[in-house]
Amino acid sequence: MTTEDPILRNGNEAFDELLEPIYRGKSLTDPINTAKDKWNLLPAFLKVKGLVKQHLDSYNFFVDVDLKKIVNANQLVLSDVDPSFYLKYLDIRVGYKSNGDRKTPEVLLPPHECRLRDLTYSAPIYVDVEYTRGKKIIIHRDLEIGRMPIMLRSNKCILNGRNEKEMAYLNECPLDPGGYFIVNGTEKVILVQEQLSKNRIIVETDPKKDIVQASVTSSTHERKSKTYVIAKNGKIYLKHNSISEEVPIVIVLKAAGIVSDMEILQLVCGDDSVYQDLFAINFEEASKLGIFTQREALEYIGRKVKTIRRMNSPKLTILQEGTEAIATTIVAHLTVDNLDFREKALYITTMARRVVMTMHNPKLVDDRDYAGNKRLELAGQLLSLLFEDLFKKFNNDFKANLDKILKKPSRASEFDALLHINIHSNNVTSGLNRAISTGNWSLKRFKMERAGVTHVLSRLSYIAALGMMTRISSQFEKSRKVSGPRSLQPSQFGMLCPADTPEGEACGLVKNLALMTHITTDNEEAPIRKLCYLLGAEDISVADSAMIHTGGTFGVYLNGTMIAITRYPIEFVRKFRYLRRCGKVSAFVSIHTNVHQSAVHIAADGGRICRPLIIVENGKSKVTVQHLRMLKADKWGFYDFLKHGLVEYLDVNEENDSLIALYEKDIIPMTTHIEIEPFTILGAVAGLIPYPHHNQSPRNTYQCAMGKQAIGAIGYNQFRRIDTLLYLLCYPEQPMVKTKTIELVKYDKLPAGHNATVAVMSYSGYDIEDALILNKASIDRGFGRCQTLRKNTAVLKRYPNHTKDIVTGMRVDKEGKPIFQHAALGEDGLAEVGTRIQSGQVFLNKCVPANAMGSVMGGPQSQDGQQQQYREAPMVYRGPEPSYVDQVMMTVGDNDQALIKVLLRQTRRPELGDKFSSRHGQKGVCGMIVNQEDMPFSDQGISPDIIMNPHGFPSRMTVGKMMELVSGKAGVLRGTLEYGTCFGGSDLEEMSKVLVEKGFNYGGKDMLYSGTTGEALQAYIFFGPIFYQKLKHMVMDKMHARARGPRAVLTRQPTEGRSRDGGLRLGEMERDCVIAYGASQLLLERLMLSSDAFDVDICQGCGLMGYNGWCPMCKSSEKIVKMTIPYAAKLLFQELISMNIAPRLKLSDVF
Amino acid sequence: MPELGSNIIGIEEDRVTNTHSNDFPAYSQSLGSAWDLEEFKKKFQLNVSFITERTANFDLIGLDTSIANAFRRIMISEVPSVAIEYVYIFNNTSVIQDEVLSHRLGLIPLKVDPDMLLWVDKTADENEKFNDENTIVLSLNVVCTRNPNAVKGDNRPENLYRNSNIYARDLKFEPQGKQLTTFKDFPVVPCDPDVLLAKLRPGQEISLKAHCILGIGSDHAKFSPVATASYRLMPQIDILHPITGQDALEFQNCFPSGVVGINEKGEAYVKDSRKDTVSREVLRHEKFKGKVRLGRVRDHFIYNVESTGAMLPEEVFFKSVRVLRNKAEYIRSCPIGNLD
Repeated sequence: MTTEDPILRNGNEAFDELLEPIYRGKSLTDPINTAKDKWNLLPAFLKVKGLVKQHLDSYNFFVDVDLKKIVNANQLVLSDVDPSFYLKYLDIRVGYKSNGDRKTPEVLLPPHECRLRDLTYSAPIYVDVEYTRGKKIIIHRDLEIGRMPIMLRSNKCILNGRNEKEMAYLNECPLDPGGYFIVNGTEKVILVQEQLSKNRIIVETDPKKDIVQASVTSSTHERKSKTYVIAKNGKIYLKHNSISEEVPIVIVLKAAGIVSDMEILQLVCGDDSVYQDLFAINFEEASKLGIFTQREALEYIGRKVKTIRRMNSPKLTILQEGTEAIATTIVAHLTVDNLDFREKALYITTMARRVVMTMHNPKLVDDRDYAGNKRLELAGQLLSLLFEDLFKKFNNDFKANLDKILKKPSRASEFDALLHINIHSNNVTSGLNRAISTGNWSLKRFKMERAGVTHVLSRLSYIAALGMMTRISSQFEKSRKVSGPRSLQPSQFGMLCPADTPEGEACGLVKNLALMTHITTDNEEAPIRKLCYLLGAEDISVADSAMIHTGGTFGVYLNGTMIAITRYPIEFVRKFRYLRRCGKVSAFVSIHTNVHQSAVHIAADGGRICRPLIIVENGKSKVTVQHLRMLKADKWGFYDFLKHGLVEYLDVNEENDSLIALYEKDIIPMTTHIEIEPFTILGAVAGLIPYPHHNQSPRNTYQCAMGKQAIGAIGYNQFRRIDTLLYLLCYPEQPMVKTKTIELVKYDKLPAGHNATVAVMSYSGYDIEDALILNKASIDRGFGRCQTLRKNTAVLKRYPNHTKDIVTGMRVDKEGKPIFQHAALGEDGLAEVGTRIQSGQVFLNKCVPANAMGSVMGGPQSQDGQQQQYREAPMVYRGPEPSYVDQVMMTVGDNDQALIKVLLRQTRRPELGDKFSSRHGQKGVCGMIVNQEDMPFSDQGISPDIIMNPHGFPSRMTVGKMMELVSGKAGVLRGTLEYGTCFGGSDLEEMSKVLVEKGFNYGGKDMLYSGTTGEALQAYIFFGPIFYQKLKHMVMDKMHARARGPRAVLTRQPTEGRSRDGGLRLGEMERDCVIAYGASQLLLERLMLSSDAFDVDICQGCGLMGYNGWCPMCKSSEKIVKMTIPYAAKLLFQELISMNIAPRLKLSDVF
Repeated sequence: MPELGSNIIGIEEDRVTNTHSNDFPAYSQSLGSAWDLEEFKKKFQLNVSFITERTANFDLIGLDTSIANAFRRIMISEVPSVAIEYVYIFNNTSVIQDEVLSHRLGLIPLKVDPDMLLWVDKTADENEKFNDENTIVLSLNVVCTRNPNAVKGDNRPENLYRNSNIYARDLKFEPQGKQLTTFKDFPVVPCDPDVLLAKLRPGQEISLKAHCILGIGSDHAKFSPVATASYRLMPQIDILHPITGQDALEFQNCFPSGVVGINEKGEAYVKDSRKDTVSREVLRHEKFKGKVRLGRVRDHFIYNVESTGAMLPEEVFFKSVRVLRNKAEYIRSCPIGNLD
């Protein structure tokens, strides 16, 4: 090791390597090529944001901003009894007190201790309250109302900003991405949820029913509702769940204050006569119903409203009902002040206009699957929904409690509200914990019941954990057989990984983020609205109705709502963008023009997917050599590029407004942006594949699934972890052929696999169907050697009668030696670390009190002086192979009960049937293990580690694997690591040249000698290193056989499954074979004798079953016959009898 | 197509021809039928290129592939050597697990003459299985401590701690019984003292005893006395048409340096075909088509034996010959179908 001890380098040392002056043989003084070196922006981007930035940003936003908003919205707690009482929340903070240090958050315990002790990693939620006590107003600070689970690596986490040394001190892996929670000791991820965007108009058609509809899902803190403007048979109606029938659109608009038919026509159709003709019919409908004034319209609507009145709220008149419906229920996300419906009316006309436009031109329909119409909901948003619910419940309970006490007429002392606030404090904590640990998000106010929101973080491999953090789950039903939402959308380019999706039912519904994707958080609307007016757009509320939809006028929409109009949209957009690039507007606010709708859309809402691109002006990339030099010298970070307007974030909609060049050479005068690096269209998991652009695409998808099953290193703290099941590779190697993504996600630091020397040839016939031949000497030397660590947990319970579980020492035989079962135990009754433990041996000799259920009263007193009786309840190891005790942990968990965890370890060498895979979706099991001397060998005496059958190539078309081999071989020969980065990587031609230089064949094919005969093989063999992963599926965990064994109680048939030592089923199809073949005796044996044969006594008189040679029906033993039938059949007969059906058996001889 | 009885393997662009050996009786009617010892003695040659402490490179010419391959196979898997087989761990508080540490220990090549040990009788009673005649005991007792004399500012673990890295040289030989005298002049040490076994940090320690026994490579690769032993066939390059001028230079570049020379006439000639790696680069070029023929001599074996260090490489080879002879003896003395 050199003087550069990695521990000593602080901060993001892993990135330092990438940003170091000399990297890949290039130093600071070397000429910088913007075309090639602009990729350095990528590590800079990831340095700022990290791979799970979306989760962290969202959580930070929730804790710092959203939480305060929620508290502000529910600020006051008043009493129904005492009008003078009030309690007001002034502030809310997570993790630090009002006078506390914001830099060092206050958390319960370090995260790793929470993992080990099955605790929740959380920080207190403090509120400042102002309330009345008697006549005084009191301000109380730092009142703890509960504990908030903390997302690891968020700004409330103690790991935030720690360097590698400090992380090591906290037993944390510096490469761990964070972004998950630790609840009751398990790591839980809140997956990103994909939804259709809220508060936006979506126009759809149903050609079969001739329906055009514009719908908007309004979502506010209070409620969620959906409003439709729907065209049926050419007539337009408004539909809403709380209105019992569809209301003609003109009536709605009249109710909303646009009484003049002329104005309605202007607002919906503008000056376009075609639209006017299409819309005219709707006026008829309203006049037929005799509705002309706003009052008439409101009353009409009021009559249709479904009233769900809460108890003791006053009854409203029909007019009031109608007014309230317009004001609060329809298009609920727009708020109405002072019954000024103008804004809402305009929104409804916009919807109607979209419908009319689509009726005229069906092409204007919106695409539900378009990425720009999607919003991603992250941990922060979900938690904020949950917290608001809990907070409201907390306040309600508090209020109910207050009222109960304030009702009492006389009080001895002055009433102090604070004494009653803490009683319920557990609700918030346990509510949050329960939701995260079960994944059931049930929100009363939206009547939302969502299950499976959280998942246990998979720690199978580093990549599995990382892949989980970038996963997006869709709300669509898995069972529905639709292709639309599953297929790859062009708009996903650069945002979502095209390769990483599971196979099977969730295909295309579960997606993954690409490497450079960012998900926005909410931005304030008010300043943007103000800015729009300053930029010369006319406020919609003062604009003339006739103006709005005349040709050449563009509406300015902020988050889907029209706020202004402008005659100069291009200029407006240009200025707006300019301000954004200057940093006057948040970088995540997007603006784009929609010519079809004559609209300028500004989006500032959260959950949009966006990605950074380099800005091109006047045909030149704004990022120049000097900027990159600054970046390399570490004087500039990614933020500086953003600040200086060289790079900007574009969301999907704005991308459609831009012309993005892939490479610098593609820039034409119209180009507005250039990609930072093309390979960022792939995600973190697909980024591991070398030369993926040469593979058939499904192979990359297969590898994405398999990379997550590969055994390797999990984290720097892997030996400190006690997980339910952990797989580790003894000697993981970083791949010979890397990709830039591998370096960025630091897979080279925590790899999962070996660089195996592979010979692509046929050998022995044990390699058919993708089986691999392994070299025994390689296995002897450590190839594929892995460890499995399995956790066993025990809790020493305390019982109500003051008794508790204990652990007792080993039992000894006559000679004083411990008995076989207790051989691994120490004197304390726990298995000793390092001992070998065989099947049937005890690793924790727990004893349970005999009278644990005894009465509380009679308990300890009566037993004074007399020995408490215990019953042994040992934990016994069962397994085909012995294990070793790796760690024993004894601690106290959440509820003051002793918690014991015993970690058992097995070290396994590869064996027949173990599963391996390369990085190209080529999996195979080990078919044979061959001695080294029998393996073919080359001129250098090299024999392969793996022999792979060449039939794996033609149909799979994994050319990338061949290129990996050639590049890897060249790398081995010249002592370099080669790159197989997507759309780049080491040039194959160059690699071949290296091979020739080093005396090898150009194509990577060597002459090999047979190991058995010693003669040269007649074919040249493709021979070189390929990175192979050992997958978690191992024979040891699956092998199963049984002769006799346990049976199910009810049917007396053999149990099912390996875990229950079950029988091997002869299934229906196998049965069919036996029937077809006519092997009746075999059939009889397999289906009855080996299963549930049962001797019954049948009475031939009544045909029913008797017992002991006696028929209780016929009261005789005369006609009793003994025979053997399946017990299941006997059971069926008896069950039928119990239902008053008598199955009678008529017996006769067949032969 | 090479003529009948040719002992040249054809190296073509896409295939290898004439790979089978043919010096067995009745291969063809035109050739002599029986194997003749005298003729073999006449034809057989052994040329030694070089022998170092670890590597031997020599040629066997004129013998059958099966025999040559037998030597190779025996050297890899049947020549016995000594390695650690049983590890008794008293304490191991390092991060490396007992099994992994034991595996690493087993793979260390030891400098022990295998002839000085007897085979362990696998049928013997557990308590009498190991004795001073068949087992060597090594011990490893290391504790990592802080270095009180650490140089300030130097944060390398080697400076901060003592025994932070455990190497193979830390294994101590513990002579048992009469080994005190027999092994007096040949203490058991690892062949490569710098094999890293484990890394420790202050407070961690390893304490173990290891039993080394005799074994063979086919049982476990650690008992193989060679890193690898293999042969290649002697390359042969025939220039069929003279290649001159610029082409000659290009021709020369198709081979590793020193294989092809250019004479004063500017004509390429084969200087030393032994140095050729047979990359077949020359066959890729259209202009040399028909001008050159590549081949390998089927009964000219260039052996390369890399010893792990326990024995000299030539010794490994001699032992392989002995093992093969013993096998032949065994078959000869087999009662069934007595060959004499």
